[in-house]
Amino acid sequence: MADDNDWTRPRAMAIPEEGYLTSSPGRYGPTFPKTPACHGFTIIAKIKPGAETEIREYGKTLETAVGKTPDVLAPLQLHYLRWVLFDIGADTYFMYQGIFDTDFDKYTEDAVALFSATGITTIFTKLEGFPEDWKTNAPAFIRFVRDHQQPSFLEYGEYPFVTAREIKKALRMREAFTSMLDESQ
Amino acid sequence: MTRPMPDGLELDDIQHFLVARTPALAARYEFLHFDSAAAGKTWLTGLIDKVGTATSVGTDSPDARWVTIAFTWNGLRAIGVDDASLATFPDEFRQGMAARAVMLGIAGKAHPDTWDGGLASPELHAIVILFARDVPERERAERAHAQYLSDIGGIQRLSFLDLEALPPYREPREHFGYLDRLTHPTIEGGEAPTPGSVTAVKAGEFFLGYPDATGGTPPMPQPETLARNGSYLAYVRIQEHVGVFRDFLRANGGETREGQELIAAKMMGRWRSGAPLVLAPEVDDPALGSDLQRTNDFNYAKMDPHGYGCPVSAHIRRMNPRDTVDNVERHQLVRRGGTYGPFLPEDAPDDGVDRGIAAFMGCASLVRQFEFAMNVWANDPSFNGLENQRDPIAGTQDGTFDFTIPKRPVRQRLTGLPAFTTIRGGAYFFLPGIRAMRFLASTAAAAAA
Repeated sequence: MADDNDWTRPRAMAIPEEGYLTSSPGRYGPTFPKTPACHGFTIIAKIKPGAETEIREYGKTLETAVGKTPDVLAPLQLHYLRWVLFDIGADTYFMYQGIFDTDFDKYTEDAVALFSATGITTIFTKLEGFPEDWKTNAPAFIRFVRDHQQPSFLEYGEYPFVTAREIKKALRMREAFTSMLDESQ
Repeated sequence: MTRPMPDGLELDDIQHFLVARTPALAARYEFLHFDSAAAGKTWLTGLIDKVGTATSVGTDSPDARWVTIAFTWNGLRAIGVDDASLATFPDEFRQGMAARAVMLGIAGKAHPDTWDGGLASPELHAIVILFARDVPERERAERAHAQYLSDIGGIQRLSFLDLEALPPYREPREHFGYLDRLTHPTIEGGEAPTPGSVTAVKAGEFFLGYPDATGGTPPMPQPETLARNGSYLAYVRIQEHVGVFRDFLRANGGETREGQELIAAKMMGRWRSGAPLVLAPEVDDPALGSDLQRTNDFNYAKMDPHGYGCPVSAHIRRMNPRDTVDNVERHQLVRRGGTYGPFLPEDAPDDGVDRGIAAFMGCASLVRQFEFAMNVWANDPSFNGLENQRDPIAGTQDGTFDFTIPKRPVRQRLTGLPAFTTIRGGAYFFLPGIRAMRFLASTAAAAAA
């Protein structure tokens, strides 16, 4: 197994159409695999008519929230998130891509709890078909996310399988080491 | 009753099981099948009044026996609940534990194909849980139930399990010798949590029809009469391989008793006395272990962030990670149950007799509470930054996972942990309120008429 987790060796993984290599049951459905690019999702959904401005404003809201409380999203064990709006014909679609270290279902459960507790509402409320009772109905939230997940057919990692926690640990060690060298001058 | 009870709960409608721990030293679980809806309804009608409510049963209960009744999803169908209502129950309950076993880590030697007593079968409809003050009282109640079944007919007993506390009975211990029942979740407005324990949680985390940690009341199965004041129970029968466990301590703890006890403590996170390693990292402190005002008064993030006292993968640090995970209040479980099988005397070779724990985990959501705890806390190999480690006691072990004991200057790594426990059976039950049981009995009566 050591070879599989070798971060020095860049890796690519082709993924079958269904989104997983071998079907392994999870709590809410088949488990999406951990790839060289960690766990993640690509959620694509049509936005409610006229919601585009509000969705764009949400960008500022979240920027402010993270500015005020930098660890507000810490429970999600994230690497990166990307929010995109794009048009297909007359409709506007929303794409949400995330790379994180927990499994897909746990991420969504933690997200429901986070959004309910912090008052940062989820922008998903502006998407068509999103359950109105999402705050108290995590299974419905998770069903929506799973229904709108578009699995990758290929993922790549330059430093595969490394968690955000390990990256931060390595950076902290470098910092401590640099400071130790400075102190010994 | 002197115990403070949570406000706003309909305590006279909620079965006592998850609210009050009774002073029982013996128990019997009977797994039942209804030949027909009418038979199920008749059986239930005669027993409802024997079920203790949260109002009538306290920890100072004067009774000698306490009865609890719960149903599988197949059992609700068998007793006459209509399809529209059955469809409103959550997927995990409808599917049942056996269908979800692989996801829970219940595989290999624990696979549901190996379960006996009808637990993996759709024929399992209900369980009657009898807790008794002592073995003679259990035997009396058991004879009374057998007579009742024989009188009414139409109910098959698929299997049963007898449980008894282990000697010396002064305090609850399991077969490996650890003091048990030191932590339990508390409900807002009720009994105060002991110092250091997880903050009291909302009633809706355990009982349907009440606000939960989200602040709102989650949707319930329908009709409300059936669901309100109910809970779900995850039942697991966990065999404890006492000989394997003791051999492992001898092989990895060195020659001395102290060294072996330290390995036992590191895997549990507490000494067998109950003393937590965060507060007693070097030597056991039995007085601390059993003192409920002190034995939970610790955290991990601030007091032991690297696990030099309590390893990150120790059983209690995984199953109750306190301040090292988020949303801990959303994954709480009320545990009930006891030990079965005879105690294996110290230094006796393993006699191959089946012994272990048979317990119920009560909650409002099996998928968010019980299955999460099994899936993430017990079995995620990378839990809280670990690598290739599962809960050494409750996780699924097959000789391929490790256990790391943080230590200066270098950690100690125990590789290839054997399975100290094997799940021998399990099932998901719905624990209805009293009104709900009357509803089940009456629709049955109607169907039979």
